[in-house]
Amino acid sequence: MKEMIIILMSAILVNNFVLVKFLGICPFLGVSKKLDSAIGMSAAVIFVMVLATAVTYPIMSLLIHLNIDYLQTIVFILVIAALVQLVEIAMKRYVPALHKSLGVYLPLITTNCAVLGVCILNIDESYTYAQSLINSFGAGLGFMLAMVLFSGVRLRIENNDFPIAFKGIPSILIAASIVSLSFMGFSGVIDGLFGQ
Amino acid sequence: MNKLSLLKNGIIKENPVLILLLGTCPTLAVTTTAINGLGMGVSTMAVLICSNIVIAMLKNVIPDKVRIPCYIVVIAGFVTVVGFLLQAYAPAVNDALGLFIPLIVVNCIILGRAEMFASKNKVSDAAFDGIGMGLGFTLALFLMGSIREILGSGGWMNFNITADYIDPVAIFMLAPGAFFTFGCLVALINYLSKGKAIKKKEMGCEGCPSAVSCQLAGKGGCES
Repeated sequence: MKEMIIILMSAILVNNFVLVKFLGICPFLGVSKKLDSAIGMSAAVIFVMVLATAVTYPIMSLLIHLNIDYLQTIVFILVIAALVQLVEIAMKRYVPALHKSLGVYLPLITTNCAVLGVCILNIDESYTYAQSLINSFGAGLGFMLAMVLFSGVRLRIENNDFPIAFKGIPSILIAASIVSLSFMGFSGVIDGLFGQ
Repeated sequence: MNKLSLLKNGIIKENPVLILLLGTCPTLAVTTTAINGLGMGVSTMAVLICSNIVIAMLKNVIPDKVRIPCYIVVIAGFVTVVGFLLQAYAPAVNDALGLFIPLIVVNCIILGRAEMFASKNKVSDAAFDGIGMGLGFTLALFLMGSIREILGSGGWMNFNITADYIDPVAIFMLAPGAFFTFGCLVALINYLSKGKAIKKKEMGCEGCPSAVSCQLAGKGGCES
């Protein structure tokens, strides 16, 4: 149990996917303008991350069993893409309300590096199935935390008077740098809490 | 199209990182040192050139409706090959880049060039476009890596540059330094070109690898 909490906490805070590992920067910078879309996007990311891990983990065991684990990259990206399309179609047909708030973001994250990244990372770290699911969930939550925090920051800086050269994207990047700086404060928190 | 202008287009006029602002994840993540940036750039360039050539060759064979999955398979195949080559001949680079080697698959520059250029042009043009864009990506990553390495460690490619008389600012090697350096570079380009070079004023759909297949991309993006 303690181990699970450590994995979850370090995925959310210490190894934050966006701000420390630089995975999923495009949606982080692109969809963080409004809080609503930031939450919708990150909910979709959490959902897809956990789902993709749940499916790719057994597939990896199969690949290793058949001795073709070098096909990992190709198989993973195709499985994730097909899976997300299927879920989107099913959601559109059976739960249209959910599709409206969350489903529209699904096609966007089929080829997102955060989703493929978390699946490969789980294999590389040789986590068990349960640990992989927890790690993916934590990574998704960390993504949501970063998105929500950053959309608040962007709201504050939106109408500020920057030098002309810094208007727009540079100012967003500098703001992201400061948010990322604040996340560095978490770097020793797991060791401090759980005494490793 | 003129071959030289294709090269110049990729390196300067439409530099994928500094002007089109694509491929931000590897740009920020692997540029801790100049040599890592160079390694990532060359690996991506190899994949980009090969996938551009193959996709241009197959453009009449691939059915339009399933073209994106087909492109992804071609790209993923070459990424696997490059991963093996790095493991065999450059294990140090492979260890430093780690996760970002398989993630070349989802680099939006490669999928974007496949969709926008290779699938519509001759094989030779596609190859030169791949070389130009690849060189542009490599140079941009090398520049980012050099700035971060010199400021962050005082050295550059194993040479000691400023470490003796300026204390290195270690934060430039860490995550916040990546965002900061990239932000300043984009601002510098804005300043030098008086805001004309970079058309994008928001990180919108063009930066997203799914833009080619996404239904929202044409209608004002995910924010709408």
